Amino acid sequence: MRKFSTATQVDFVIIGSGGAGGAVAKELSTSGFEVVVLEQGPRLEDRDFKHDELSIRSTPALVNDHALQPNTFRKTAQEKAQLASAISYGRCVGGGTVHYTGSQWRFHEIDFIERSRWGTIEGTGFADWPITYAELEPYYVKAEYEFGVSGVSGASPFDPPRSKPYPLPALPIKSAGVLFDRGCKKLELHPVPVPSAILSQPYQGRKACNHCGFCEWYGCEQGAKSSSLSSVIPAAEKTGRCEIRTGSYVREISVDKSGRVTGVIYFDSRKQEVFQKAKAVVLCANGSESPRLLLLSKSNLFPDGLANSSGLVGKYLMLGGTASASGIFDEPLNEFKSVMSTRAIEDFYDSDAKRGFYGGGRIDGRWGFMGPIGYALGGLPPDAPLWGTGYKNFVKENFNRTMTCQSYLTSLPLESNNITLDPDVKDAWGLPAMRVTYKDHPDGMKVKQYFLERSLEILEAAGAKKKWGNPVRETTTGGHLMGSCRMGNDPKTSVVDKFNRAHDVPNLFIVDGSSFVTSGRNHPTCTIEALAFRAAENMAKAAKSGSFKSSV
Amino acid sequence: MENRHDEKQGHSRRSVLVGSLSGLSSIWLATHWPGILAAQEHAHALAKSGRPATLGFFSPDQASEIEAMAAQIIPTDDTPGAREAGAIYFIDRALTTFDQEKQAAYTIGLKDLRAKTRELFPSANKFSELNSAQQVQVLTAIEKTAFFGQVRSHTIIGFFANPEYGGNQEKIGWNLIGFEDKFAWEPPFGNYDRPNKQS
Repeated sequence: MRKFSTATQVDFVIIGSGGAGGAVAKELSTSGFEVVVLEQGPRLEDRDFKHDELSIRSTPALVNDHALQPNTFRKTAQEKAQLASAISYGRCVGGGTVHYTGSQWRFHEIDFIERSRWGTIEGTGFADWPITYAELEPYYVKAEYEFGVSGVSGASPFDPPRSKPYPLPALPIKSAGVLFDRGCKKLELHPVPVPSAILSQPYQGRKACNHCGFCEWYGCEQGAKSSSLSSVIPAAEKTGRCEIRTGSYVREISVDKSGRVTGVIYFDSRKQEVFQKAKAVVLCANGSESPRLLLLSKSNLFPDGLANSSGLVGKYLMLGGTASASGIFDEPLNEFKSVMSTRAIEDFYDSDAKRGFYGGGRIDGRWGFMGPIGYALGGLPPDAPLWGTGYKNFVKENFNRTMTCQSYLTSLPLESNNITLDPDVKDAWGLPAMRVTYKDHPDGMKVKQYFLERSLEILEAAGAKKKWGNPVRETTTGGHLMGSCRMGNDPKTSVVDKFNRAHDVPNLFIVDGSSFVTSGRNHPTCTIEALAFRAAENMAKAAKSGSFKSSV
Repeated sequence: MENRHDEKQGHSRRSVLVGSLSGLSSIWLATHWPGILAAQEHAHALAKSGRPATLGFFSPDQASEIEAMAAQIIPTDDTPGAREAGAIYFIDRALTTFDQEKQAAYTIGLKDLRAKTRELFPSANKFSELNSAQQVQVLTAIEKTAFFGQVRSHTIIGFFANPEYGGNQEKIGWNLIGFEDKFAWEPPFGNYDRPNKQS
């Protein structure tokens, strides 16, 4: 791997190596630019990923460590925020794409223009995106081919138009998929194969999925999950122009007197401060850490934080909504094998005025318990015995006969939901901790209840002999981190422009879930990666045209 | 990896992970990152040495009480239960490695257990000396307490965790439920995705 001196002014410093950072690194390095990717976590290889449920549940091996990086949480600005493990994100090379489920859904056309279709929603920042689905479509193709996605093109009657089929055929259906399919068809719904960022066949020198079952929350020991670690990052390194620098915890994006970015200051693994010079900086730290870092990067020119003339850095945070219901069937499903989810419906994707509230989403059929511990502690219905012979028999009978209908739902952009710096709590580097303020919009609670009821209907139609819903709860934790540096044409009402360039700083780009204007249906990764390829292509054009002084 | 090693030193890391962001019921374990590795290493070393397992936290007297509780939580019937799977060793190891901060709760909980035992059965000295029906009666009386909840969680976690942690010896927990950790599977995975059953 190429190593750059910190005194060298590299073309780009990229902060974060997840879906966005990896895609940007690949695009820029293959376009001839020298890039340094700063990743706060370690670099793990496939052999480091183990089948160990206790360890993956109880240690921050792949994700942020709240002991080092505490969060505080409150529902409203009137409350005093308390220590809480509110935000979860990937903290290793590959970021969240290492441990994610791999549900690789594109947004639909409607997701970019909901405000025009639905109208205003009082008290919210509900708005159209400055780009359309058609503008992003070629980059969805690029993301699917660069990372590797398995699916069936045109399977869904609700699919948006696509210019190229998926690069790989769908993964084999599992028993939960068959039952989900059966229930949905009985209800005249339209179940479709889930597009997965998991290889159904060997692809670009990588191995196919071996169906080991240790998938969601685990790293793939096979490299078959299409993380940036297994796809775009090795490709970027192969150019000889990309360095991945691990253990690098950025504390400031620095600017000169003219307000242009000059580089970044980070703590290395020995907690020594290092300054890396760069011609431009691409912030891909995720929808919680990106706004935090901008707020930390205060200067005389930017007293409220970098790129924050709108005052919107950190605001309009959307964590997405979820709902779930489970059921028990007569025969073994053995859902502990293979990938998480193989069938889903999009019949309730769009909002419908008849429901009386804004919102929609997807439902998929899956197991949902991560392993035997998760099932034995959290997978039983509320009326099951908690201990003794009754408990033992219940777990024995139903471990392999249980499945879940899981919903992924809209959440509205509210200015009052946001990331700020905690005034009291510090992280292990002495920096102000991340403070999360979040309370679902009433429509966010209604959409959860609506999808819970649909899920119970599907389980009933599928022939479940017992079914139960998990009561809907207000969102207090999140890993799908969206909206906190929103994209728009007007610098007064948005943080980045339609190519993810900060309105206020010509050589600063913010590319991750933070630029989302609305939440889609809470499956952000494919869109993050598509936006990253699109933004990087434009960065390359701007850089080649000579400077970052003017708009693209 | 260097920085990870570095970060292992010196921090009290009461880290709470993950559960499920997808909103499903989930467990939230509080642990020490170095501790959990130590627990694994301890178990590996023990397995290699062929020596019988030893206790690091509990006295033999305390161990028999906790083991009796675990054996009521996952009883032995026509299949082995928590006792045979080694629950007491898993819990003991947890309390000397990644769950050290729970030691006091166990010490106090054991005293309360004895008090409840004597309250319900004045002639009895120890919970573990009661007959099974009497033990169930005591545990039913304390099943809403944090102590019972903790012993229950530890017993279940150990019983279904990887065998090297010591509470799922000879894969007793996994065999009970039909779970297998294999590197690779092929379809059909379950009964419903067999080709003749898919429609």
